Amino acid sequence: MTGAGGFSVSGYGPERAGWTRVFARDSLARRLDWPMMLAALALSLIGSMLVFSATRNRTELNQGDPYFFLLRHLMNLGIGIALMIATVWLGHRVLRNAVPILYGLSVLLSLVVLTPLGATINGQRNWIVIGGFSLQPAEFLKVAIILGMAMLLSARVDAGDKLHPDHRTVVQALGLASVPVLVLLLMPDLGSVLAMVAIILGVLLASGASNRWILGLVTAGVLGCVAIWQLHILDEYQINRFAAFANPDLDPAGVGYNTNQARIAIGSGGLTGSGLFHGSQTTGQFVPEQQTDFVFTVAGEELGFLGAGLIIFLLGLILWRACRIARDSPELYGTIVAAGIIAWFAFQSFENIGMTLGIMPVTGLPLPFVSYGGSSMFAVWLAIGLLQSIKAQRPMSA
Amino acid sequence: MTNIPETGRTPRVQTRLVVIQILVLSLLGTLGGRLWYLQIRQGAEYQKEASGNHVQQVVDPAVRGDILDARGVPLADNETRLVVSASRTDLLKQPDDGKAVLTKLAGVLGLPADEVRQKVRLCDAKTPQPCWNGSPYQPIPITDEANAKQALQIRERAEDFPGITAEPEAVRRYGGPGRANTSQVLGYLSPVTDEEIQKAKDTDSPYLRSDMVGRSGLERQYDKVLRGKAGVTRYEVDNLGRVIGKARSDAAEPGSNLVTSIDSRVQRVAEYELDKAMKVARQQYDKITGTNYKADSGAVVVMEAKTGRVVAMASAPTYDPNVWVGGISAKDYKALTGKNSDYPLLNRAIQGQAAPGSTFKVVSTAAAVEAGYVWDGGYPCTSSYSVGGQVFKNFEGENFGPISLGRALEVSCDTVFYGLADREWKKDGGINPKKGQPKDFFYKAAHQFGLGKETGIDLPNEVTGRVPDRQWKLDYWKANKDAWCKYGKKGGTYVQVIAYENCLEGNKMREGDSINYSIGQGDTLVTPIQEAVIYGAVANGGTMYQPTIGKAVISADGKTVTPIPPTKRGKLPVTRATLKGMDDAFAGVITRGTAAWKFNGWPQDKIPLHAKTGTAEVYGKQTTSWLATYSKDYTVIMTIAQAGTGSGASGEAVRNIYSALYGVNGDGSIDGRRALLPQPQTTLPKVRPDGTVAAPKITSDPAKDVEKAQQNNTSNGADTQPPASTAPTDNTNSNTRRRARRRGSRRMHP
Repeated sequence: MTGAGGFSVSGYGPERAGWTRVFARDSLARRLDWPMMLAALALSLIGSMLVFSATRNRTELNQGDPYFFLLRHLMNLGIGIALMIATVWLGHRVLRNAVPILYGLSVLLSLVVLTPLGATINGQRNWIVIGGFSLQPAEFLKVAIILGMAMLLSARVDAGDKLHPDHRTVVQALGLASVPVLVLLLMPDLGSVLAMVAIILGVLLASGASNRWILGLVTAGVLGCVAIWQLHILDEYQINRFAAFANPDLDPAGVGYNTNQARIAIGSGGLTGSGLFHGSQTTGQFVPEQQTDFVFTVAGEELGFLGAGLIIFLLGLILWRACRIARDSPELYGTIVAAGIIAWFAFQSFENIGMTLGIMPVTGLPLPFVSYGGSSMFAVWLAIGLLQSIKAQRPMSA
Repeated sequence: MTNIPETGRTPRVQTRLVVIQILVLSLLGTLGGRLWYLQIRQGAEYQKEASGNHVQQVVDPAVRGDILDARGVPLADNETRLVVSASRTDLLKQPDDGKAVLTKLAGVLGLPADEVRQKVRLCDAKTPQPCWNGSPYQPIPITDEANAKQALQIRERAEDFPGITAEPEAVRRYGGPGRANTSQVLGYLSPVTDEEIQKAKDTDSPYLRSDMVGRSGLERQYDKVLRGKAGVTRYEVDNLGRVIGKARSDAAEPGSNLVTSIDSRVQRVAEYELDKAMKVARQQYDKITGTNYKADSGAVVVMEAKTGRVVAMASAPTYDPNVWVGGISAKDYKALTGKNSDYPLLNRAIQGQAAPGSTFKVVSTAAAVEAGYVWDGGYPCTSSYSVGGQVFKNFEGENFGPISLGRALEVSCDTVFYGLADREWKKDGGINPKKGQPKDFFYKAAHQFGLGKETGIDLPNEVTGRVPDRQWKLDYWKANKDAWCKYGKKGGTYVQVIAYENCLEGNKMREGDSINYSIGQGDTLVTPIQEAVIYGAVANGGTMYQPTIGKAVISADGKTVTPIPPTKRGKLPVTRATLKGMDDAFAGVITRGTAAWKFNGWPQDKIPLHAKTGTAEVYGKQTTSWLATYSKDYTVIMTIAQAGTGSGASGEAVRNIYSALYGVNGDGSIDGRRALLPQPQTTLPKVRPDGTVAAPKITSDPAKDVEKAQQNNTSNGADTQPPASTAPTDNTNSNTRRRARRRGSRRMHP
């Protein structure tokens, strides 16, 4: 990564980066995207209240301590913010050098899931439980795939050799992405696979890869779905999950139940909701997985249209700022990373909220910032750190 | 290198970034829109659903009210059984989901542990019976046959039996006081259907799956009153059914008691006498058909003449209402309703209809007076009446010469009524009347007497009977002419000829129709309860009452008494003078007329009785016997199908009923102490605050008591009707030496 191209384009040498940062500490803070930061923080704090509301009565989960999940959520948030600060501190260009290591580590971690060290939760073998902690490597794979593909795709463009990544680079990048996707398929973690596909599409779009690739991938995806449907590759619970969001009667005791109860919870919220801690659906624990995948239903029921709308608005704010960052990035690498994060956040938000609203199939994807879960929290704040770093490290010359 | 923009992006990338941005924002917009739709547009619906979700109802069934007779004797009440139930909610709180508790319980009850466990599991598609298909929040009954010792064991060691209760529970019982059955009047209960549960789900009185609902008779008519209101406790529960709060609770309101005007003793006498009369009739030889009478069904109504209250109502064949209690077996059900059954569920007093025969002459007489014929005019009672080659015979060709209307009624002279009806038919324009011409006095009178429609008695599914007036003839012809015209054949069999004639002019009022109609033959149909209303009205001076069985509704604690007052339905279309004439004529029927041979020695001076006999022909069957009678306070109507003449089949039975009411001994002496009900019961029984009823004791079988008192009655020994030549000697008027009617030989159609 010490190529002359990178140096000449950005005006920064890696050896000078640390110095610049130290001297420009005030201005770095000023260059950060504060609306995005505050929106992320607000979402995380709202999330902590929702998680608290959802778990304070769940004695079978919180081990008798109503604050168990609240404290852990806040602790995760703290770690996430620390990760963000570290990322901004190091700068994404430094991290760019470490991408191969990060990528390798994440893939390795996710492979561990498939060994006896992995744990199966809710029919998905996508957890590693070490001590009291559980880890979902899939979350880090998302970051890794974004960074890895961005590195490959932008290398020659940022070096000025090409206007757009050539076919060979695209193939390489897809090859890079296919390994984690395969691992996720083996788990099987369908939700994460879909998120990966969204990320890959976003990355390829932003990289400027030929339209043929985009169209080809979309076509392949559609054909793949048809094939999966026709060849019964999916497990039955996965098909049920898919079908039941539209018709809860297909699986009334399983996914249909979740969908139905989620919709009741949200629908009953009305304009202003029943008030935090006062939702009957939440207190009665009618919605399963309410602190994680279905956390949005707590907002819908207890905070109403205003509160739930605020969450969507804040997510929109983050995505809008991220789009700005993608467009303003001085190098393609930053653009691709930002676009990958946008695709990730947008897909995951839409899928997660959409499934609670009954317009998307039920998959096990957390709502960024809001859902309880360490891995997700770390990953999304890491992503915020990357975005901040891309924004903050605009070239002097620009 | 030169053409690379400073931002590091080509226009292609720039465009795509904008596309991504638009895509992202529209996705979020979609979410917002959907959120608005769910929360604002449909919010109210989901709110309702959410409250249904977290609120569970536990229903405490109300004890069904008693059905009491006029003096407070329970005709239907509840008996207490010890029911041991298990609460699933409590069992699931046990570490082993209550397995140990159930095993221990099985030991106490002496049942296999597996059976007990199976009873409390919830039914689903994979679980075979036995299983519980009610609400999991409802205590699940394990046995209703626990004895006191077992119940005590469970209650004493409550800590060993968490979630198990042993409570006395009410089960319906039809006690049959003094062997009075009253089955068709009481009706029966059967389990609630899913449809009814759904229907009543959101009302203030939801059904339990274990609920019983009145299906016929009083149980159905007064179901709502008797059922009371189940207590509902609403618990807020979480998704596992754990109670997280108590929302609201309403205590159960036990059902009210229904006091009826039925007197269980009179009811027993009526049932017994009806049964006996039918049995006796089956011993009688029917000369017309050449076999014994079949006497396959019958009904008795004893009604208070001045109020319309029914004192007794019996229908035969009958059944034991207790077969319904605790669920009827398939075999019993088939016996009651199957094709080969004799339909004992039918209450023939209100659901049986037959041609009224001569009992209808009360209507014809009133119609004649209405049409302008004077009471004392001399109407020729010839031995036969000929119309265009058709000969309508008087009964056994008797000839009384010119007589008054009253006398015609008393001796039941058919030819007098033939003549009057025929003259009116001719006046009305004959077979082809002009528009607006027919006055139809005879048909109008029938409607004015309340025939052709329900009496409005407080029992379900009453039938209307039929007045074969011009409109009915037209409607009936329209409905049947195709079949008639196809089957009918000139000069064929009797049935074919009738069909042929009906095809040609069945829509028109023929001369023969009117003539037949005047003496209650042909297509006219009445129910016993309709006759009771008519003869009750003659007895009370002309007021037709809506018959009632319910007399009052008394709340379970006896505090609220809601009387059901008698309702007047109208007046008979007769003047006071005409009524007096009729009254005299009907008294004459007892003393010297068609019923005299059965009321020999009756203390007529002290307890004047009035009667009209009737013998109606039914094509292809034996004659239907009718006996319509009344005293000052009561009217008694009895009819038996395929049993011969009115007085012959029912005379003795009706006399015995009156004897029971007034305490008349067989020798004509009156024993006030034996009288069951010399005056109608006016006071209501008292329900004590604790729900018990102050009811008098009742002998084991009032009918046997009456029978004993009648044993020295000479006329009761007579099995055969006296021939005209051996008329009772106290009957000096030779004109009464007329035997009860037998009509089978008379052809209505040539």
